[in-house]
Amino acid sequence: MEQLIQHLVNTLILGGTYALLGIGLTLIFGIMNVVNFTHGALYTVGAYLTYLAVAALGLDLFLALPVAILGGLLLGALIEVVLLRPLRGQDIDTTMLVMIGAGIVLQSGTLWIFGGVAKAVPSPFPEAPLQIGPASVSWLRLFVLGAALLLIGLTYALINRTKLGLAMRAAFQDSDTAALMGVNVRVIYTATFAMGSALAAAAGALLGPVYVVHPQMGGLAELKAFAIVILGGLGNVTGAAIGGFILALAEELGAGYISSGYRDAMGFLIIIAVLLYKPTGLFAKAERVG
Amino acid sequence: MSRLLPFALLAALAALPLALGTNPYLLNALIVTGILTIGAMSLNLLLGFTGQLSLGHIAFFGIGAYVSALTSLGFDVEIGFGYRVVHEPWPAAVGFLLAVVAAGLSGYLIGRLSFRVRGAYFVLVTISFAEVVRLVALNWVELTQGPLALTNIPAITLGLPGLGTWTLRTKLQNYYLVLGVGTLCWLVVASLVGSRFGRAMRGLKENESLALSVGINATRTLTVAAVISAAMAGAAGSLYAHYLRIIDPDVFLFSTTVSMVIMVVAGGKGTLMGPVIGGLIFGLLPVALRPVMAPEAQWIVYGLVLIVILFVMPRGIVPGLAALLARRSARAVPVLEASPEVQR
Amino acid sequence: MSPILSVDHVGVRFGGLVAIADLHFDVHAGEIVSLIGPNGAGKTTAFNVMTGFLKPSQGEVRFRGTGLKGLQPHEITRLGLARTFQRTSVFPDDTVFDNVMIGLHRRGASGAAGTSRTPLLDALLGRAGASERALRARAAALLDWTGLGGRAQEKAGSLAYGEQRLVGVALALATEPAMLLLDEPVSGMNASETRVFVRLIRQIRERGITILLVEHDMPMVMEVSDRIVVLNYGRLIAEGPPEAIRSDPAVIEAYLGQGSAARRAAAEVREAAHA
Repeated sequence: MEQLIQHLVNTLILGGTYALLGIGLTLIFGIMNVVNFTHGALYTVGAYLTYLAVAALGLDLFLALPVAILGGLLLGALIEVVLLRPLRGQDIDTTMLVMIGAGIVLQSGTLWIFGGVAKAVPSPFPEAPLQIGPASVSWLRLFVLGAALLLIGLTYALINRTKLGLAMRAAFQDSDTAALMGVNVRVIYTATFAMGSALAAAAGALLGPVYVVHPQMGGLAELKAFAIVILGGLGNVTGAAIGGFILALAEELGAGYISSGYRDAMGFLIIIAVLLYKPTGLFAKAERVG
Repeated sequence: MSRLLPFALLAALAALPLALGTNPYLLNALIVTGILTIGAMSLNLLLGFTGQLSLGHIAFFGIGAYVSALTSLGFDVEIGFGYRVVHEPWPAAVGFLLAVVAAGLSGYLIGRLSFRVRGAYFVLVTISFAEVVRLVALNWVELTQGPLALTNIPAITLGLPGLGTWTLRTKLQNYYLVLGVGTLCWLVVASLVGSRFGRAMRGLKENESLALSVGINATRTLTVAAVISAAMAGAAGSLYAHYLRIIDPDVFLFSTTVSMVIMVVAGGKGTLMGPVIGGLIFGLLPVALRPVMAPEAQWIVYGLVLIVILFVMPRGIVPGLAALLARRSARAVPVLEASPEVQR
Repeated sequence: MSPILSVDHVGVRFGGLVAIADLHFDVHAGEIVSLIGPNGAGKTTAFNVMTGFLKPSQGEVRFRGTGLKGLQPHEITRLGLARTFQRTSVFPDDTVFDNVMIGLHRRGASGAAGTSRTPLLDALLGRAGASERALRARAAALLDWTGLGGRAQEKAGSLAYGEQRLVGVALALATEPAMLLLDEPVSGMNASETRVFVRLIRQIRERGITILLVEHDMPMVMEVSDRIVVLNYGRLIAEGPPEAIRSDPAVIEAYLGQGSAARRAAAEVREAAHA
């Protein structure tokens, strides 16, 4: 029982970051119909930006997070304008392959610049964990959960309460009609990709200090983001948020009660199970025939 | 001329070791390139000819490598409830055949599962499958030795009754083995593509609804393509295991799938020669780049090349060059009918 | 005489939207029947149900006495019910000739006369020679018959729109159907192409193939049809020979009503855009 409570606490902490990761990916897919294979690399970049801000600039973690988010925002906008904008109207496979190329460049670039040795980001929080009943949580992880929930809340507010969000939702429904109604679809696409990238960078910035920062950290994170997004339905923001927590729960319980080696397999087993039992239920929009 | 090109290429590849001498470094690069090119040819069957972007292709390669290695090494594992499975070593050539069969079966399973969906879902399902298989290889230590790797994998022995046997230990022997298997795979793909089955694949790729409406069974056609493609990838994996004689779970790395994808896309997906040309270029590129840059810098170059190719030559090098040559010859020879480009 | 195709109280709903409500009509062997109605009346949806691309929410379609419930599109084609598509009617990257070769898929199947039982093995062994030659001859004959012989080596995707529709018809005929569903076959054709096409439809019928057609070109429909079925808002509103349909008040109302509704909708859109 105590073990279960600890697992549930861990689920909550991990789930918040997973949700961030998934929301960023699903936004980009839903609005732009692009599977973002740079998502993992952007997650890594976010973690390294935090490391640089803390270790090189001497900022604390609270200030390093906005730096990472800003970095993700700019890098995302750059990728969109340089690589995706000229490819608008191409089939999804082409953009996927271009994004794979860009992901390789980013990931190998981080490896080239920072080397393969993992870096630790110093934490400003006390070492001793917080005891909540039978479970214990480190202050750092609590901060991570708080920041993740705050960012999810901000994303929701942006989508549902702002003019930009309204235009994004219009583009999600039907980009052609949105363009006819006077929405500047190009700007929306750039903003969407930048925002999704910033969320990935934020997730990296938050989990980097919890674990360690290394160039390959994004690979697995990206695959997990894919699992989350399939779980929630491609393009479904709330689905991705819930999917993040479900994946975290599956990983925690799988690692705790089955085998810790298969922790990372949970997401993929979930994908396969979802497809076995409800392949058509996953579609956001039915495809037209003819 | 284009009909003779494959034969000319085969002759050139067969003669290559004579020209290179026995430089072990180059020969090694050629063997690994050849193995990856077989992988690329098998991927092309799905990606190029049916239009399904499978990014879990490395799973079939890795399954082939592990099945072949374990068949020839033997194993002794507990499968639960106190039962043990003990397998005594069999000849490596049997391992090769079992690798082909096992990879083909995995292709059938994953085909039945993932061809329920298309597009992005399909891509993500195939990646997930490869990742699950990698994690099994990493964690089922009793069978696979996990990260410690399977070592001392025997070399393949070929034998003809009455003529004796040869164990393929040298690089030169392995080179010709890879060339032989590669040629066989090429012939399989070539004959499939030119057949009724090949037309069904093309139909599905170009217009799936229309293909269904002329009576093509999509699931069956795609699954058969996946089985053949996976079996060929399994053959490549087996060659890899018996050549290197050591394998670890890193044979399942996503980056190897990406290498194969680059070979296919850059060479020309949906063409017979594309993966071969792409495979030779990108398999040997590291040899050229190694003296001048670090591996991570090479990967940056790979990524950039993939992007540039998709922007300037989206159909790939082979179709791109073919179109260029056709335009040249059309301009050189005055003809009565103008080419379509001129008419517009 | 029992009908070749019967649409038996079929309904299709997408969520809350009713695309087809209780559609019920028969087509008899050898007939040319047209399915008409204003835009959004559910004609293409009906085609998609008949050919297995959509599952009806209620009712059933029967073809030559066989219920089509649960059958896949390719299985329905194999029963002898073929169709064309409104928008994309060709395999764009192949030549017209190869399009028809793809369309002849069923002819190369195991069990068909003069072909092998092991097609995949034949392909691997390069053994399909004789049946392949027979298929090529059939493809050439079919192209000549549809008047596409001169276009055989051109890429289907580069043909004019009207010719692409013809390729679509050739593809459907290649499956050797007993009945053919044509979805707006003359849209994009000029007057003379349409006249040629009407002749082609009659020739197809003379080969014993029953035809059901969805079309907006009213003069063409009136000229070619034996019988017309009229849909509006997913409901059958009239059924009968062309001369009866021409003067049917419900049909006239449907088309005029749609005109004014379209005007209203357009006005609303304009207002919304300015707001």
